[in-house]
Amino acid sequence: MKILVCISNVPDTTTKIKFTEGNRSIDTAGIQWVINPWDELSLTRALELKDDPANGIKSVTVAHVGPGSSEPTIRKALAIGADDGIRINSESADAYYVAAQLAEVIKKEHFDIVLCGIESSDFNGSMVGGMISEYLGIPSVSAVSGIKIENGQPILIREIDGGKEVVSVPAPFVAIVQKGIAKEPRIAAMRGIMMTRTKPVKVFEPVAAEPLTEITIFEKPAPRTACKFIDAENPAQLIELLQNEAKVI
Amino acid sequence: MSVLVYTENWEGKFKKLTFELVSYASEIAKMVNSSVTAVSIGKVDETELRKLGNYGAAKIISIENNHLSTLDNQAYAIVLGEIAQKETASVIVLSNNNTGKAVAPRLSVRLKAGIGSGVSKLPLSIIPFTLYKRTYSGNAFAHVVIKSEIKILTLAQNSFSLIETGSSATIVKMDIPVDSYLIKTKVNDVHKQTGRILLTDADVVVSGGRGMKSPDNWAPLVELASVLGGATACSRPVSDEGWRPHEEHTGQTGKIIAPNLYIAVGISGATQHLAGISSSRYIVAINTDKDAPIFEAAQYGIVGDAMKVLPKLVTAVKELKK
Ligand SMILES: Cc1cc2nc3c(=O)[nH]c(=O)nc-3n(C[C@H](O)[C@H](O)[C@H](O)COP(=O)(O)OP(=O)(O)OC[C@H]3O[C@@H](n4cnc5c(N)ncnc54)[C@H](O)[C@@H]3O)c2cc1C
Ligand SMILES: Nc1ncnc2c1ncn2[C@@H]1O[C@H](COP(=O)(O)O)[C@@H](O)[C@H]1O
Repeated sequence: MKILVCISNVPDTTTKIKFTEGNRSIDTAGIQWVINPWDELSLTRALELKDDPANGIKSVTVAHVGPGSSEPTIRKALAIGADDGIRINSESADAYYVAAQLAEVIKKEHFDIVLCGIESSDFNGSMVGGMISEYLGIPSVSAVSGIKIENGQPILIREIDGGKEVVSVPAPFVAIVQKGIAKEPRIAAMRGIMMTRTKPVKVFEPVAAEPLTEITIFEKPAPRTACKFIDAENPAQLIELLQNEAKVI
Repeated sequence: MSVLVYTENWEGKFKKLTFELVSYASEIAKMVNSSVTAVSIGKVDETELRKLGNYGAAKIISIENNHLSTLDNQAYAIVLGEIAQKETASVIVLSNNNTGKAVAPRLSVRLKAGIGSGVSKLPLSIIPFTLYKRTYSGNAFAHVVIKSEIKILTLAQNSFSLIETGSSATIVKMDIPVDSYLIKTKVNDVHKQTGRILLTDADVVVSGGRGMKSPDNWAPLVELASVLGGATACSRPVSDEGWRPHEEHTGQTGKIIAPNLYIAVGISGATQHLAGISSSRYIVAINTDKDAPIFEAAQYGIVGDAMKVLPKLVTAVKELKK
């Protein structure tokens, strides 16, 4: 079986987000780019599965839609342990466009399991994984918090409101993963870093696809009103305010 | 033309979030001069279906089909896509919960319809169709224009107030044939937790962080949640340490919630934590450190020791409820 992990790169959450061009795009100067946390965990889980030969995972590939400047994101994934990488050489216009690119690559290269994150922490879209599966007409399982292989068959755990289900779908499929998929992200070891140079990264040009959405302007969140402090000796006053002023209890 | 809303049920019953969705869809219907068609999949009795009328649904399409008794994303997208076309839907509304997130993107590709996901407000304008959306985990907001003819919106839970209209709806039973070979998702086992208010459904959430010091200290926090009729949550280190179950972890890498009231006890307010709770209507912080960043996000704060403050709060709420 071949696994593909789709990785996006996002600004580190502690980065202060600033805008340029009259608030039409984000200011990339000084941004620390990281692999989207979910994708790091997907990759970790994919590598854990491959570590056990009984699972029969032949390879773990990472794919990213992005310009040359996001090459370090792919290299980082290779250093963590992915076997090879694919980059679709394009800015990511919107989720619909990005999914079209990834679906095209999956058609060409044939993967059995495609892993996507539940959302990327930039536009918080939660879309690309589901869209890929529909482009390809293959099953998708969302809110996946666990994956294992039993007798050559992938078994998934998906979260439902107030519980979990153990499900299986025939390969090829897309699993959209969330919390629980792996405990801690695997980090690059020295050997991994040395090896990245020898690992192949294929670059594909994008196929024609039309984005359906467009961000026209960004805004800063409205500042919260200043905090009202209540004396620690008299917390009953808080309950009074919550009832009569905020009216939430 | 219609505004289509997918009204999910849980064992035959709708939840508050279902009615929020229908209220939201009716407000959009007013903006686009159209009416709301609700789609229900599964066994829901007529009394329950009628409730949707009270929130503005003009027509309710009820589909009962055994093949659809478990969520198969692909099959659901096919069924909803077909109804959207029959009803010439211009806008489709789903919840931004697990089911909505699973189905909406597939529907988007099927119908070539752009999505605005996790919205919490009505569109800013109809021409062009512009949404207001949280981005960068709450560190920025964006105006997003959907350019396709059909638009899909997923509504964040607990972000839109119920609007009762007192009107009633026509119920139409519809049979959309679904071939069994199409259902690829096989559910082998189900584990349900019962008896507790779900974190994502709760109006009030009391949440503990590392400042709670030890897993043995949680009793007054749990009691406060209980007397307020709310749910309990925690920060990531707390669930990582195994002090509390993983389902309670809120934040960027945990659950993203938006209750009416979030009480953060012994939580410092790291950006990754705030990413999961910043859409709460009111945030209360209880922390020994007056400079903790959580106070910048909070409307009400108590600088003090959780172990001393919590029991007093419990007493005060009990007094109030008398
Ligand atoms: C990629 C990434 C993702 C992350 N995702 C998440 C996430 O989803 N959710 C999350 O929560 N964190 C997340 N984190 C971790 C986050 O950065 C913080 O480390 C974490 O939120 C801190 O948890 P805390 O507030 O419980 O603990 P601390 O930061 O240790 O804060 C404890 C607080 O308790 C106060 N305190 C101490 N004693 C008392 C007392 N007796 N009474 C009252 N207050 C007291 C202290 O003043 C302090 O403010 C993530 C980190 C990374 C790098
Ligand atoms: N530019 C991209 N390249 C590769 N994968 C992506 C890209 N953008 C999003 N993804 C994948 O889709 C998931 C969800 O992203 P989104 O739909 O943008 O919230 C991410 O966790 C990735 O797995």
